[in-house]
This record gives sequence, structure tokens and C-alpha cells, in this order.
Amino acid sequence: MADKSRRIVLTFPKDLVDKPIVYKLIREHNLVFNILKASITPQEEGLMVLELKGEARDVDGGTEYLKKQGVKIQPLSKDIVVDWSRCTQCGACVAQCPTGALFIKDRKTMTVDFDSDKCIACELCIKPCPVRCIEVKY
Amino acid sequence: MTKTYEEINEKIKKGKAVVVTAEEIIDIVEKKGLEKAAKEVDIVTTATFGPMCSSGAYLNFGHAKPKVKSGGGTAYLNDVPAYTGFAAVDIYIGATGCQKDDPLNKVHPGDFKYGGGHVIEDLVSGKDVALEVEAYGTDCYPRKSLKTWINIKDLNEAVLFNPRNCYQNYNVAVNKSKKAIYTYMGTLRPNLGNANYCSAGQLSPLLNDPLYKTIGIGSRILLGGGEGYIVWQGTQHNPGAPRTPNGVTKRPAGTLALLGDLKGMSSKWLKGVSFVGYGVSLNVGIALPIPILNEEIFKYTTVRDRDIVAAVVDYSEVYPQGKPDVLGEVNYEQLKSGHIEVEGKKVPTSGISSYSRAIELANILKDKIKKGEFELTKPVAPLPGPDSGIKFKPLKERPIEYK
Repeated sequence: MADKSRRIVLTFPKDLVDKPIVYKLIREHNLVFNILKASITPQEEGLMVLELKGEARDVDGGTEYLKKQGVKIQPLSKDIVVDWSRCTQCGACVAQCPTGALFIKDRKTMTVDFDSDKCIACELCIKPCPVRCIEVKY
Repeated sequence: MTKTYEEINEKIKKGKAVVVTAEEIIDIVEKKGLEKAAKEVDIVTTATFGPMCSSGAYLNFGHAKPKVKSGGGTAYLNDVPAYTGFAAVDIYIGATGCQKDDPLNKVHPGDFKYGGGHVIEDLVSGKDVALEVEAYGTDCYPRKSLKTWINIKDLNEAVLFNPRNCYQNYNVAVNKSKKAIYTYMGTLRPNLGNANYCSAGQLSPLLNDPLYKTIGIGSRILLGGGEGYIVWQGTQHNPGAPRTPNGVTKRPAGTLALLGDLKGMSSKWLKGVSFVGYGVSLNVGIALPIPILNEEIFKYTTVRDRDIVAAVVDYSEVYPQGKPDVLGEVNYEQLKSGHIEVEGKKVPTSGISSYSRAIELANILKDKIKKGEFELTKPVAPLPGPDSGIKFKPLKERPIEYK
């Protein structure tokens, strides 16, 4: 069975915050996980950005399990949004990006592009952008 | 081979001028050779689009009834202070002004979401802007306060007047300290984590006419997407900076003071920008034509990225303390490759000035000239050159002792 990796954003409603959901997810579905970001907002909603790795069957099963528990799941790739109409193509974001998701597509014209598959939503690019055209959407 | 401004303008009028960008000329010379290409090409267009803090606009907002005199009082545009020390309803909004309730760097690094640069962008894009005036009141200007929306189309005058733009070369900024620093050259990560540069290199106006043989006072240019003029050398103009044998400056050197009608400009080429932890500024788009009057002038326009070197400067210590030390020199070909080497370490590079927008702007000017929509002007006076003795001096501080 082929390995699979999936980066997801989990939103935990108030009543799930104190439950050991991630523990069960990992234990019962035989998954390797990497927490990219986690926070609990003042209203006590939980937010976690996770990378799940394992056999395709387990990754899908784990995702199903989370949905059944009432955890809201979104794929991570949708979350960093570049407003290209405002971008001035300066490239200030490129040297900030640790994974090369923001990169120079063409060294002759120095145009900037974004590869959402490489993005880990670390947000290091957000504030250094002079026109603030990069946004995180959860 | 010599040509005059008049001959070149005649060709523009007839739609026969041969115009290329300062990037295209590099390949042309490679194929045809210098002499042949110099004869064929009439104009080389240059451009740049980057943050230029010494920018601003003066506005005349018209007289209210009853009248108010902002001079000697205060004026705010979208909560950003404008300078009022002029006649009754003339004000000047500078690019780096911050909103009155901005927390600035109280929680470091500050966000600086909106400021003077953004006010200028909003005005140019036709948005209503809130004007708030407080005055002391006189017999002829009795009113003490005014709060109103204004729009660029209703203003008597809106003129972009930038005391310093278009730097001839610039530093490459790095950070040798152990914590991140927040500068006008962007966010610099610790331990030489990144290197930021800010020049269009081979497309940059003053790097294509390094000795100011054609660029001078009175030169017509594209400013903020509209028409503008060079009105003087810019502040901190430093023509005596060290140069390579081909005349290209190796450090920040010449600068330009520019002026143009804001009403004819576009928000694509005047953009408010925020530098986290530093402040706000204005990205200004400038395109400048170089008439090929002779082979020497032509030769300067063929400069390429690898011939232009810049100094790597530590912004954690050397820059803020005004020390002269540099960590080395790199050229723009290296900077644009994505990495440079500083003190034996491979450091990723980022541009702050947009090269791809500079290409676009140089092509816009090229097309305008080809269509006969833009004629060249002969400067009425030259800019001070390397022999002028003009130097960029530091401040001699003389403490004031109160008796």
C-alpha cells in the first residue's frame, strides 16, 4: 500500500478542546504526525495545523475519524493566499520563505510565484511583504 | 556618429525612432557590435520601481466657506499628518507619515499598516480621503476647524514632488547580529540569514548614464505612470562616490528630485508600502529615456548586471552607527542568482525593488516614444557630476548649552 501525506488545518469546537483526539488519531490509525502550528483562541476554540503521514488507507481513515468527532478539516494549501493584483513582484518574500514555496520563477524577469504544495503556512512571509498582499485564511 | 535632441525628436514625430530598453540593448550589442548598434538606436529606455521614502505631494484643497487657514495649524489626511506651513489651503503629504493613533514601534516590531504613502495611493486611485484641519482663526480666515471628504478630481492642484528618488545604486543589507532586525531594507534575519538589495541594476536610470551626460534638470520622464520632470539633483546627491573604470558607481551616489502632476498618475505605479518595524513608504515607478547622442553615451547604456557592483553592509551595527566598513562587494548578476557569499556563508538574496515591474515600465516608455506620444527634452542644466565637489556630508553635531 502506498504512503500518503496530507497537510490539514483542524478547527476544534469548544467542547472538543479538552479531549485527547490527536492521541487517538495517531494511536488508532497508525499515523506519523508533525504539528506545524497549534493555538487556542480566547473563546477556547482550538486550531491545529498538522501533517499526517502513513499508508493511504490510514490517512483517509484518520481524516474520517476526525470528521466524526466534529473537528472541522480544511486542506492547508488553501490557507495562504497571495493577492496577485496587489503584488509588485519585488521578491522580498522569497528569502523569508524556508521551504521555497515563494520563489523566483524566472531569473531573467525576476517574477515571483507561489507553490502551495511546498507551503507550510509558517507565516514568515506575511509581514515582510511591503504591500501586504499575502494573507492567511483559516 | 553624433545625433541631436532635435533630430531624435523629428524621428519620434515621424514614428521612425528606434527605441529599445536598457535590457534589450545588451543582446543587440552582442549581435551587432557597438559601432553598428550605436548608429541604429536612437533612444534607450530605463526604469525602476521601488520604495522611495523622500516622496510626497502638495495639494491645494480649495477654500471653504467661511474660509479656514491650515497654515500654522494642523491638517490630517486619513489621520496622517500633512505639513501646513504654507499659505491657507496648501498642504504637503509626505510618504513616511504615520496615522495619529498608530502604535508605531511600541510593540516591536510595529505593523505600520497605513501611512502617507497609502494616502497618496488612495488619492491617485480616486478614493475619497478624509481631510481634518484645526486652525487658530484670523479675521480673514475665521474658521477654526474643518472636516470633509476630498477627492483628487476636485482639488485645484495635486502635484507629486519628491526630493529624493532614483538612487544610483544602493547597499546590499545584511544582519550580522543574533536577532532579527527590521529595516527600510526589509526584515533581515540573524547571522547573515538573508541579503536584501534595492536597485533595478542594468535597467536602473542613473546606472545607464553614470556621468549624467543626458539626464539633467528639465529631462522629461515617466513618473508614477504619468508625465514628470527632473527638477533638481535629489537630496544626498553624492556624485563623488567610488566608481568602476566604466564610470558606474559602486556605492549609493547620484539622486534625482522629481515633480509631476499627480492627477495624471496611476496607483499601479504609486503604491503605499509597509516595512514591519520600520514604517511606511511609497513605491514609485520611474522611467527615463536616454537619447543616444554619440557612441560614448551609447556605450554607458550597454552596462549589464555583472558590471555593476554594490557594497554588502551590516545593518545591525555598521549602518545605524554610521561606520564606513563594508563586508565586501557583489554584482547584480550574483544578487539576482538567488544567493551571494558573505564571509564564507551562502546567503539567500531578495530584491526590494521590483525588476519585473521595471521591465514593464521601460517597455511602456518605449511604446509611448514609438507611437510619438512622448518627446525628449534637452536638459536646461546638468546635474552636478563627479568633479563638482558636491559631497554627502554627515551632521556635525554641536550640542546646545542652555545658560
